[in-house]
Amino acid sequence: MSVIYEKIYNVERDDYANAGLVSSLIKQSLRTIGISPAVSRRVAVAVYEAEINMIIHAYGGTITLQISDDGMIRLIAKDKGPGIPDIEKALTPGFSTASKKAMELGFGAGMGLPNIKRNADEFSIESSPAGTTLDLKFQERE
Amino acid sequence: MKTEEIAKVLNAKELSAAGEHSSDKEYTMVFATDLMSDALAMIQNAPEQTVLLTGLCNAQALRTAQMLDLELIVIVRGKQPNDEIVEMGKDFGITVLTTPLTMYEACGVLYREGMRSIS
Repeated sequence: MSVIYEKIYNVERDDYANAGLVSSLIKQSLRTIGISPAVSRRVAVAVYEAEINMIIHAYGGTITLQISDDGMIRLIAKDKGPGIPDIEKALTPGFSTASKKAMELGFGAGMGLPNIKRNADEFSIESSPAGTTLDLKFQERE
Repeated sequence: MKTEEIAKVLNAKELSAAGEHSSDKEYTMVFATDLMSDALAMIQNAPEQTVLLTGLCNAQALRTAQMLDLELIVIVRGKQPNDEIVEMGKDFGITVLTTPLTMYEACGVLYREGMRSIS
């Protein structure tokens, strides 16, 4: 298995005006190269939640999209901190530390990480004060 | 229900139309929320038949619809999206309606007309 496509997108802290733009671009790329609507939708939902998280909770970061020759889609969302103190809590549906600004955007329901985990076929998260990295993999489901 | 029928029963105005073919589309389900993460969590099947009812009148409502492959959004409580949002609707191929009804009333009317919750 080798990576046949890679693109790295920057996500800026507090860039509310462009929130979701990276996710839109990723979704368009996936559809253009012929990834099925069902998989594109799962990737889009996960990356959108990750992007929103990065804007409202983190000091910005990058989202990397990789596609392998076996059709696997990998997303790596890596931010610059401040980290998630209690990952287990953050994965609990309904748990939220979102700001008023996040609420105004329509987020802060406490469904971000649970949504990401549910849509990905493989999910790993590492977090320290230096930053949080989400590593997600997606494949066609029968 | 077709877009035109939904607009009529909700006394709604169409702000962006998602192309000519969209007028023949039949919608059967509604999901109503102001929280986009809840829409992203709950709408998992048949997005092309699902209408999003929301009081959220910003770009994220359109982005959410785009991620989910939704094609019709109804903005409730008489809110008027700005030009940027209307343009986004056109770019994304999403029809945007705005109704003066409250969320509760809009849900009630659509339920009476036979629209059901998402499955």
